[in-house]
Amino acid sequence: MSTERRSTSERRSGGGRTQAKASGPGRALSLGRRLELFYYMLLNRRLEERLANLYRQGKVVGGLYLSLGQEATSVASAFALEPQDLLAPMIRNLGSMLVRGVKPREVLMQYMAKADGPSGGRDGNLHFGGVERGLIAPSSMVGALVPVMAGVALASRMRKLDAVALTYVGDGATSTGAFHEGMNFASVQKLPLVVIGEDNRFAYSTPVSKQMAIATLADRAKAYAMAAVTVDGNDAEAVYTATKLAVERARAGGGPTFIEAKTMRMRGHAEHDDGRYVPRELLEEWRAKDPIDRYRAFLSEKEHVSAADLHAIEERIRAELDEEVARAEASPEPPAERGLGCVYAEDPRPFGGPSGHGGS
Amino acid sequence: MAERTYLEAIRRGLLEEMDRDERVFLLGEDIGEFGGAFKVTAGLIDRFGPERVIDTPISESAIVGAAIGAALLGMRPVAEMQFIDFISTTFDLITNFAAKCRYRWGAAVPMVVRGPCGGYVHGGPYHSQNVEAYFHHTPGLKIVQPSTPYDAKGLMKAAIRDDNPVLYFEHKFLYRRLREEVPDDDYVVPIGKAAVRRRGKDLTIVTYGALVPVCLEVASEMEAAGASVGVVDLRTLLPLDEATILEEVSRSGKLLIVHEDTLTGGVGAEVAARVAEKAFEYLDGPIRRVAAADTPIPFSPVLEERVLPQKPDVMRAARELLDY
Repeated sequence: MSTERRSTSERRSGGGRTQAKASGPGRALSLGRRLELFYYMLLNRRLEERLANLYRQGKVVGGLYLSLGQEATSVASAFALEPQDLLAPMIRNLGSMLVRGVKPREVLMQYMAKADGPSGGRDGNLHFGGVERGLIAPSSMVGALVPVMAGVALASRMRKLDAVALTYVGDGATSTGAFHEGMNFASVQKLPLVVIGEDNRFAYSTPVSKQMAIATLADRAKAYAMAAVTVDGNDAEAVYTATKLAVERARAGGGPTFIEAKTMRMRGHAEHDDGRYVPRELLEEWRAKDPIDRYRAFLSEKEHVSAADLHAIEERIRAELDEEVARAEASPEPPAERGLGCVYAEDPRPFGGPSGHGGS
Repeated sequence: MAERTYLEAIRRGLLEEMDRDERVFLLGEDIGEFGGAFKVTAGLIDRFGPERVIDTPISESAIVGAAIGAALLGMRPVAEMQFIDFISTTFDLITNFAAKCRYRWGAAVPMVVRGPCGGYVHGGPYHSQNVEAYFHHTPGLKIVQPSTPYDAKGLMKAAIRDDNPVLYFEHKFLYRRLREEVPDDDYVVPIGKAAVRRRGKDLTIVTYGALVPVCLEVASEMEAAGASVGVVDLRTLLPLDEATILEEVSRSGKLLIVHEDTLTGGVGAEVAARVAEKAFEYLDGPIRRVAAADTPIPFSPVLEERVLPQKPDVMRAARELLDY
């Protein structure tokens, strides 16, 4: 409760600044971890740029949902998790999946509906996971993951797994019934759950002003007496610190936290959408707050990372993605018969392709 | 062996599974201290504690969502809908989340959603419904509905042990009206197997739920009148035990489907279609259905009786088919 009160007053006085105060003892990232954080944000961006190219070449089946400009929120929040924790991404949380060990080729093959993708062609985009890899797959129904991850947190507590559950909602998803039911249940049960609410200003074409009458997403949490904090979602260190605090509190039995991350969707809802309803000035304003540019500047100014070292990360990602794209493109389409199997758990047919992908 | 009501047999199934497997837990509205609106879970909180018998807010999406999440992590949750009518408020989590996990990403969701269904108790439009048809259309789900205390326990145990999401519909009319010897041993009634309650040479009635005893009465009375009428109790509605249905209908040559749910798009339509496709040459008459009128379930006893299938309706349809 004190957290909630603090966050509200900070929000009122702090405008758009980073409000989660950084680094308690032992929470500051080492230089090595910071470089890793930068690597994942850049990998997130470059992978999505490759996907956009593949989309334009007609190689992506269906829609392409990008998180360009929102990388800090996904990557830095997932960065605060421990190996035993469980994460459920939404469609703009590719970066969080990369942090959890998902290979770019998996995402590429999903988007291209390839045989060797983790869902074997049965579903697309980021709709895949595996409990054994700490990843719960989303559905397209936004908000649904909140009660599901509350259940994951409940099971973690019952089984004494010491695992925290973390999931994401967009501003639009906070209007769903499932979101509110899950938030309330998690708070009543004091579950080890962290919900990251990404305010990226638009739910498809609907601005936040038409989504809710309250001023800020974090106010949603008040009704549930859930700890809440608002952070600059384009400030990787702020997102990391806020999430780390929330995860630690959850693990210690302190209950759930809602973290509002203020960010901006820099593309349309999906690549078919030119987003003409978004005011140009708003995009310009947020372009100046690009999370990767900011973190690059932070690394060179505060950590004195050389331009050459930063360039080397860029080169490493380029080489890695060249290979990942080639491997993904080389994967065949799935055999048509695969569409018929694995509806029930006892189906003896293999779930995945020759490379043996499978869920739990 | 003890004589138990249908309701007690359900509770016994829950209790035995909770004793056997610490992963099994219950969640729902008023199920703990209060013991549930119908007392199905009475006493369980004393035995297993509030960690395994969880009272929840009135939030069916949270109840089912939490059950899904816990099931993904290897628990065996049993979620109660206080009345099965309320399951509509969590339709998305059941049909889009739980039912598709295995197909979409290979994950098992060993979850049971159970609750009291059915009419004949003057519950009105929101406390009398049969909801199986909404879910019968969803690949990935299993649906069971016991008609005897013995099956109530055995199907509960099978549902809890199943690695898929199972909807367990218990008929509130039967809760305290049926009583029989129910063994205390650890037996299961397998999901996917219908029970041939009577073999019939002249007519087969395929039914389930509270109408099973009614159809059995009809069959007995018909036998006294010289006709051999069989009764198949589906027990599992999804997946259908097609083999048993086809075998029995092939023997008798005539099929009457009886269900309490409304006629249009009901489970009976699927049974009829399968028989028409696969056993047409054995049929000596048209397939007939007796089901509820296509209306909401009315509150007034007079109206409810008019809308829901009654024994004379079954009798009349059976006679017409036998005379065909």
